[in-house]
Parts: sequence; C-alpha cells; structure tokens
Amino acid sequence: MYVAVKGGEAAIDNAHALLDHERRGDPSVPELSVAQIREQMTLLVDRVMTEGSLYDPDLAALALKQARGDLIEAVFLVRAFRTTLPRFGTSEPIDTDTMRAIRRVSAIYKDLPGGQVLGPTFDYTHRLIDFALAAEGEPERPAESQAASEVMPHVASLLDGERLIEREPAADPNIPVGDLTREPLDFPAGRDLRLQALARGDEGFVLALGYSTQRGFGRTHPFTGEIRIGDVEIEFVPEELGFAVPLGEMTLTECEMVTQFTGSAAQPPQFTRGYGLAFGRGERKAMAMALVDRALRAREFGEEVAAPAQDEEFVLSHCDNLQATGFVEHLKLPHYVDFQAELELVRRMRAEHEAGGQTDALEAAE
Amino acid sequence: MAAHAFANPVFDAQRVFRAAMNALSRPGTLQTLDCDIAPPASLPAELAALALTLADHETPLWLDATLAGSREVTDYLRFHTGTPITANPREAHFALVSDPALCPSLHSFARGTPDYPDRSTTMFVHTSRISVGDGLILSGPGIRGTATMSIDPLPPAFAREWIANRALFPCGVDVLFTANGMVTGLPRTTMMEAR
Amino acid sequence: MNEHAQATGYNFAYLDEQTKRMIRRAILKGIAIPGYQVPFASREMPMPYGWGTGGVQVTAAILGPDDVLKVIDQGSDDTTNAVSIRKFFARTAGVATTTKTVEATVIQTRHRVPETALRSDQVLVYQVPIPEPLRYLEPRETETRKLHALGEYGLMHVKLYEDIARHGHVATTYAYPVEVAGRYVMDPSPVPKFDNPKIDDCEALQLFGAGREKRIYAVPPHTKVRSLDFEDHPFRVQTFKDPCALCAAEGVYLDEVVLDDRGGRMFVCSDTDYCEERREAGHRGHLAGDDPLSPVGRGRVAEGDRVREEHKSDSASPSPRPSPHRGEGEEALP
Repeated sequence: MYVAVKGGEAAIDNAHALLDHERRGDPSVPELSVAQIREQMTLLVDRVMTEGSLYDPDLAALALKQARGDLIEAVFLVRAFRTTLPRFGTSEPIDTDTMRAIRRVSAIYKDLPGGQVLGPTFDYTHRLIDFALAAEGEPERPAESQAASEVMPHVASLLDGERLIEREPAADPNIPVGDLTREPLDFPAGRDLRLQALARGDEGFVLALGYSTQRGFGRTHPFTGEIRIGDVEIEFVPEELGFAVPLGEMTLTECEMVTQFTGSAAQPPQFTRGYGLAFGRGERKAMAMALVDRALRAREFGEEVAAPAQDEEFVLSHCDNLQATGFVEHLKLPHYVDFQAELELVRRMRAEHEAGGQTDALEAAE
Repeated sequence: MAAHAFANPVFDAQRVFRAAMNALSRPGTLQTLDCDIAPPASLPAELAALALTLADHETPLWLDATLAGSREVTDYLRFHTGTPITANPREAHFALVSDPALCPSLHSFARGTPDYPDRSTTMFVHTSRISVGDGLILSGPGIRGTATMSIDPLPPAFAREWIANRALFPCGVDVLFTANGMVTGLPRTTMMEAR
Repeated sequence: MNEHAQATGYNFAYLDEQTKRMIRRAILKGIAIPGYQVPFASREMPMPYGWGTGGVQVTAAILGPDDVLKVIDQGSDDTTNAVSIRKFFARTAGVATTTKTVEATVIQTRHRVPETALRSDQVLVYQVPIPEPLRYLEPRETETRKLHALGEYGLMHVKLYEDIARHGHVATTYAYPVEVAGRYVMDPSPVPKFDNPKIDDCEALQLFGAGREKRIYAVPPHTKVRSLDFEDHPFRVQTFKDPCALCAAEGVYLDEVVLDDRGGRMFVCSDTDYCEERREAGHRGHLAGDDPLSPVGRGRVAEGDRVREEHKSDSASPSPRPSPHRGEGEEALP
C-alpha cells in the first residue's frame, strides 16, 4: 500500500525552529548584539542599506543578524519592511558640495581645491591576515587634525569652466523623479530610473558589468574624476511649512567618472560623465555604478549599443539581486507536474525514434 | 446629514471593487454596490463609491459639468481620494458622469495606444434604470452566448459610438453604468446591438 | 483602521490600501483587455520573487473577509509553498481556508487548474513566472510589446511549426501558448497543456499575477481560449493509459510516483482534493487500501482557530464532475 508524502505544515514549522537554532550557533559563545554588527561590520551594514534602499543602520544590522550574515537575505528583510512604510514625501536634493568628507580622492588632478583626503581605505594595506586581531585589543588612536572647513567643489565643475565636460541639465522641479518601486518600469527608461536601479542593484553584478566596459565590451575610457565619502544633511519641505527643515545626516559615497566622447556632427568633442552613489561607505559600488551609468547613456551620445553594459533592458532587468535570487531559487519548488509532462514527451519521442528507423533517427538527432 | 465617505474603508472598498470586477467580467449582469456613504447631493452615491474605491492621487479624474461645477463635490472627492481633477478628458483615468445627457462623445476620452491599450479612461455613468432583459443584446467575453439588458437612458449616440469603440480594440474605453445601487459593466470587448 | 489591522499591525491581507487600489485598477484593465499583460507596480512582498508574489498580490487585492481561500501548488494543497501562502493569508487576513475546491471562493494556484469544474462565484488566481509567451523567442520587452501591438505572432507559429518539422508534433508540454478572445497570445502559466481546455469558456474569472515581471492579466468567464495549433496538426492533450492508482479516476492529470529503485512506479491524481473526494465517495484504485481516508489522509489544514470547519461530506454524495475536455484530440501516454 502506498503512503503519499504529507505534512508540509509540520515540516515548515520544524525547519523554522531549526533555522533559529542554527543562527544562534554554539550557546557557549556570547550572542552578537545588533550594536556590535552595526559598529563593527559597518561595510556590510552599508551594503545592506544600499541594496535594501533604506537608510537605517540599526535595521540593517538587525536584518544581518536575523539572516545569519547572508547579505541578500538581509537585503530582502529590509526591502520587505521598506514597502510597508508610508511615504510622506520626497526630500530636497542633497548637496554633496557641502559634504563633510572623510575621504576625497581625484585621479585626474594632482591637487585640487579642497585637497586630496586619503581617509580610511584598504587601498594601501598589505593584505596579510592580521593574527593579532584574533585576540581582543584596542587599536592605536589615529592622528587628528582640524576638519577642512572649506567647501569642496566637484572636480567636474573645474572642467566645466572650460566647457570641456558636458553640462548636467538643470533640475526641473516640475518633472517628478521616477520611482521604480512605485511605478512599473517601461523601456526606454529615463536616467533617473536607471540610476535608481543601479543604486539598488547587486554590487557583484554591477561590478562585473563595469569591469566588462573596461575590457572593451562598451568601452568608455573612464577616469575617476572624484570619489568622496562623508556626511551630508537631508532636508525636507513639509507642505504646511513651505520651507526646508533638516531631517538629519546620512553618510554617502559619491563617484563621478569622467569619460571620453569624441563628439558628433551636432556636438564638439568633450568629456562626459558617469555617476555613482551609495549609502554609507560603498566605494566599489559607486565606482562600478558610475561606469555602468555612462555605458547606459550610449544611445544619448549616438553610440552603437552592442555590449551588455550598454543594453538597458539587459542591465535593468537583471541587476536586482532579490529578483534574481527569487527566480533562481524558485527552481527548488516542486515542478513535478511540468516534469511529468516532459518525461512523457521524452519517452514518447524515444519510442518514436526507435520505431522510426535510421533516416528519421538522424533527423531527430540534429 | 453631513457628507461622509466609507465607514469602513478597507472592507467597503473591497466589496465595491468586487462588484465592479464582477460587473466588468460579466457584462449583462447586475451587481449590488453595497456601502453606506453620503456624498454631496449632486454626486450619486454609486459614482462616489466607485471613485472612493478606485481613484487616488495617481489617477486624474474627469467630471461632467454638473459635478465639476459643484464645489462640494470637488472638495469631497479631493479630500477623500486625493485625486487630481482634470478638465481634459484625454488625460483622465476615470470619468464620472452623473447624467447620461451630459456624457460627451466617447472619442474625447483616452483610449490607450496599441502598445499600451490599458492607458485608457474608465467611465462611470449614472443613469435612471439598468435591468436585465429587453433593449440591448450583448455578446463577447464574459457572456455565455448572448445577454440582454436595458440601460435607460443611454448617453446620446452611445450605440453608434460604442460600435466605433469596439472597433478600436484592443484600444478603447470601458464603461460601468450605475443606477439604484446597482452596477453593470460594458468592457471594450462587448458587442452591443439594439433589439 | 480595522479590527484586523489592530490585531496584527498590518493592514487586512497585508497590502496597504493604496497598493490594493493600484492592483485593482490593473485587474479591471486586464479583464477589459483579455490576455493583454497590464504593467503594474508590483511590490516587494515578504516572500521571494518567483514564489508566487504576483498571485499573492492579486489574491490580497481581491480578498474579502467572507472569502474562503484554497491554495494549491502542483495540484496539491499540502506542498510546502501552498501551505506557506495559505498560512500567510490566514494570518494577515484571517480568512477561512479550505482544501476543497467546491468550498473555495478564491483559489490561488501554481501549475495546475483544478479537475473539478469551477463555478461563476469562484475566482482562480494563477502564479506566473514569465508572463510573456514570446519571451524565449524574443528576449526584449521593447520588441515583444511591438509584436503584441501589431498582433504579429508569426514567430510563435514558426517555433511550433519547427517542432512539428523536427519531431512530428509540437514539443511544448506545459505553458502551451493560447490565443485569447481572438486577439492576444497569452502564456497560461506553466500548467500542463492538459489543463488548457479548462481555461477555455470557463465559468470562473481567471486572473494571472506575475510579481517579479510586474504584469497582471486576465481571462474573463466564457472567453474563447484557443491553444495554438495547425489544421493538419490539431492541438492535443495528454491522456494516461491507466486510471489513478488510488481513486481510479480517468481523464485527469496524474503524477508519476517512483516506488522503488527498480523501475516500480504508480500514477495518482495530481489534484489531491479531487482524489480525496472520490475516495470518500467510495472509488478505489488498485493501490488504495480499504479506509477511505487512508493512506493519504484528509488534507485537513490546521491554521489555528481561524480555520473553517470542514464539512464531513456525505459518503454517498457523488464525486465531483471533472470539467469536460475540449481538446481536438488526445495523445496517449504510457
């Protein structure tokens, strides 16, 4: 007698209990606090905020704890929370000229107004495992100096003085900025929506696409005009007040790539721009995003769209890691009804193949 | 009594939506609009219920002359739905018509494009009487064979314009007619002839 | 604020009212333009993309407190994802749930159409992974949109005809493309083509939700849904040589169950509710025991106190009627 598989409900409940148990690990080891994650896994927290599209370090740290450190799972938790939040309005555009930068580097000028500020970077560390970190201990205090109070103009504005770089179109307050989480995306998508998709996009995917442009798949001849990391103020204009009030500060990483453009019949040769922005410290993401932003502007500059990084349908449809992981992982769900249909088809076709003799067999094998 | 909107917005909207959904998916049937609201006098409660259920700040709303001329009506709709009221029928997601005689030509509304036939106006037209049987013979998706129905009065030249609207498929407008607490649907797929 | 919201901290059926309105508008457009994929601003749901977020959003937008919900995956109420989605709505909407097709007013499904013919007071909500029937032939949305606008489906006919030229028959067994109301070619979701005839001229409204791809579409009741075919190669559905091993049903879709590693296998109803109803009514397949509820057991779902008490059906009641097949022909399976 046959006993069919049943008990999905009990299996799910048990699986959840086991998951909680595994998350905690060995109970003789002290439990991680959310504050520890927030303060000591900062780059991971920043990445969860960026790809989760929600600036909330505590929530991102909690999501990481709940997700056992799985980045995409943490992004998922943050995004699912984000969708339930009411929208009160849109902030004023942030002004990164007034950023209080802890890092600011340009690769195209040796020195520039506001100076080069190396800041906390892995760049010149030797990647040797520091076994001393396995033991606990406080690091040495870093040297301090007066914060540069001067405004740091963007490098692009220096080039703009000579008209050597494209002008950014002035913001038109009457044109609303698109939001792909509230309206269905349709193609061709405006740059606002492309930048939003890239900012939320998976760092690894955007990085690989940016890299591909450097290897010739949609080459843009990029220079790092500037990277800056620091705090900026967010302002909001409540309808009833009619003037901007500060909401607080957030840490951002901004990258502007300066790329070549040979000019066209209508436009003289000049440099063009690619733009990247990430929450917290996300230098790799901001740089890769800037490369892909520029590559996606191909049509705007009359360039041939031939490489994946230039193809907005390809990039925008595949850069979201939640969509990607959901659809890849859904292959775990039962598909036995469809598999049954395929199984029978293959059996039948094999039977036909065997009955069909040599000539047919050759055709079927093609 | 003072004008009021849904007493229970979540469940009232759900019931009104299901009535509209059933009406549009089963032309030739009557569906009950079951809700307790008290809109301003010149706005029929049936139209108000549909607007409260479906319109919001994302959906520009067009009003017929009577409704547009009533400050009470526009205030009520703006306050309860946040909908922008437009004078241009071409950009309207929804149109409210309180009297068939005031209904402009169907051609004046948005009919969508071949790429996006969904970018069209859905009209809510209040009339005196809708009933099953007599008058109009309907066929098309949602109808087993044919259905008969009477909508009285129809807007001027409606029968002729509806043939033209049907010919635009997949573009075209969709219409929900209301009367006496009931709603019936005329999606763009429905073929209509007078008996 | 309703009672439910106060109890759970979320709105009734999870989605906020603004999102429901947006989805409801898309559903109405889908009904008015049968088979056309209406873009909608799909939300991020608390379950993964590809796991039914489209179906869940459609269900959440139509569901009311008096509805009775059934959720199936592969025809079964007890598969883990079906259980998970049913629990989600039991928790967030407090609606009654059931495993019985005849009791449900809203049925959310993945990969099957129930065997029992649906009624006019029921809505069938499909979960759809890739709503675009032309996607595998033309990956670009900008192109496929043009093809739909022009009603240009030559590409699909060429693909099907190539199958015939190569294999002697169409080699698509599920997600078999259909033409709706004489206009749009539509993906019926990955149901086996066996189910395609049930989509045609169905009593119930059928709604399709694709969350990741942000599309909603619909087939109104009594709408002509034609599986694409050729005069000399008419559309055929699968048939099975043996009846269900548990309830002896014929003319239904069967799952193959591997019994051992020596090639032993049996075929049982994919629609578990249909199979159970038949066994309760006394039908016996060759591998069924004597107890009507054993060996598979009733699919009673315990979801806490909100679960609707299932009626013990009268064992003398007739078994549900399978919906008729309207396929032009049949192809025999082993």
